[in-house]
Amino acid sequence: MGREPQPDAEFMMRDTTSHPAAYTPQYKTSVLRSPKLALISLQHSLSEVTAPVFSASELGPLDNDLILNYAKGGMPIGERIVVHGYVHDQLGRPLKNALVEVWQCNASGRYRHKKDQYIGTLDPNFGGCGRMLTDENGYYAFRTIKPGPYPWRNRVNDWRPAHIHYAISGNGWVQRLVTQMYFEGDPLIRSCPILGVAPSEEQIRGLIALQDIGAFVQLDSRAYRFDLVLRGQRATLFENHVQQAPEGERP
Amino acid sequence: MSGRREHRHGLEGPRAATGGSALVVRRETASQTAGPYVHIGLAPQAAGFDIFANNFGSVVASDKTRGEKIRIEGRVFDGIGTVLKDILIEIWQANAEGKYAHPADRQPGKSIDPAFRGWGRACTDLETGVYAFDTIKPGPVEGRNGRRMAPHVNAWIVGRGINLALNTRIYFSDEAEANASDPVLNLIEWEQRRRTLVAERLDRRLDSGAAVYRFDIRLQGDDETVFFDV
Repeated sequence: MGREPQPDAEFMMRDTTSHPAAYTPQYKTSVLRSPKLALISLQHSLSEVTAPVFSASELGPLDNDLILNYAKGGMPIGERIVVHGYVHDQLGRPLKNALVEVWQCNASGRYRHKKDQYIGTLDPNFGGCGRMLTDENGYYAFRTIKPGPYPWRNRVNDWRPAHIHYAISGNGWVQRLVTQMYFEGDPLIRSCPILGVAPSEEQIRGLIALQDIGAFVQLDSRAYRFDLVLRGQRATLFENHVQQAPEGERP
Repeated sequence: MSGRREHRHGLEGPRAATGGSALVVRRETASQTAGPYVHIGLAPQAAGFDIFANNFGSVVASDKTRGEKIRIEGRVFDGIGTVLKDILIEIWQANAEGKYAHPADRQPGKSIDPAFRGWGRACTDLETGVYAFDTIKPGPVEGRNGRRMAPHVNAWIVGRGINLALNTRIYFSDEAEANASDPVLNLIEWEQRRRTLVAERLDRRLDSGAAVYRFDIRLQGDDETVFFDV
């Protein structure tokens, strides 16, 4: 009782009411890509509570600077912004050394991707991806160009609000999360079929970054603040362990 | 007692001020689909451009890695059998001794392989739909309360049309005995579904000598792959 969580502490059961259902007909592609059978619920083993550990040496100095990391002799066009925030777990602990990967379209709403056919123009100086590790406080920051909205084939006049994709790798395999960040005040937020699959107003609000005037870079960039919450990890009390304690630690 | 511990940690962070209770558990941020252009962020070379000096990819083992070299390959199908060409899969596995390269793994008598992290990511090919990982066969890992798990690879699947990442496990067809006593496979009440988690060892080998396993994933429909709520 009262002891700190062990490094192999399991994660709290995922609250599925925080997430969209798999089958969401308003987002048509989900119809054939959603499992129909019940997921099998597992208590955690080492396979679930461990995850790859990343180090700063694996990342380049411009990996979190989307304004410069694909610049080919010029600067990308569009609104310069900083996006920053904290990653915590459900119990309020900062997620340290979490890998945060982001990707987005350019200011015209065009992705640098073989399969994107949108008429919006590619920007020769913008790649659209970045990555970084959170610090000891769970803090991350990157610099980019504000992405544009774009039309997509769902219904004939569906448009995505401006958004940035996130993939986060935390302390355990089951803590991994993929999501999208939206921008406060975007009028397309109300009608987006993809954001609309989020299960509640509260959960939708959690995906909308707020303009953060205090973090503006004067005469340079505006800023948005986006915090994330990943699964909580807690010690198992009493017996029922993820693994046996090594010889020397057994009671 | 546990509530007091949470409260102490819960005071950190920007949203903590709203929580008056010692038992506040925050909601996880909602998942959203990785979308059709997931490659840009996680595998930019597959999207068609080169941006990072160091890319995270599908070659998980090197020549220095201990263990049997294998390739795991397959395709992903939707509910009417369409081969999907825009899916991203990540794997996470133990090394040949059955140990994860993570500090939480304290299994006695097993060592980390410095030439093996055990993590990789692969895309289903934009043209053929085939994904492949070059790795090694993992050893068995101790499961909950000391029950040994059969060798397996954990897989995480995201992409367009998938609102919340899907988790599954890849077991091996030549481990029938270990599979029969695996605590996770045995949790699956419908015995005929267990085979959806077993990669089939093929007759052919790669030029490198690596054995090839085929593991197809069916998101929905007949023989839907078992996915886990973990």
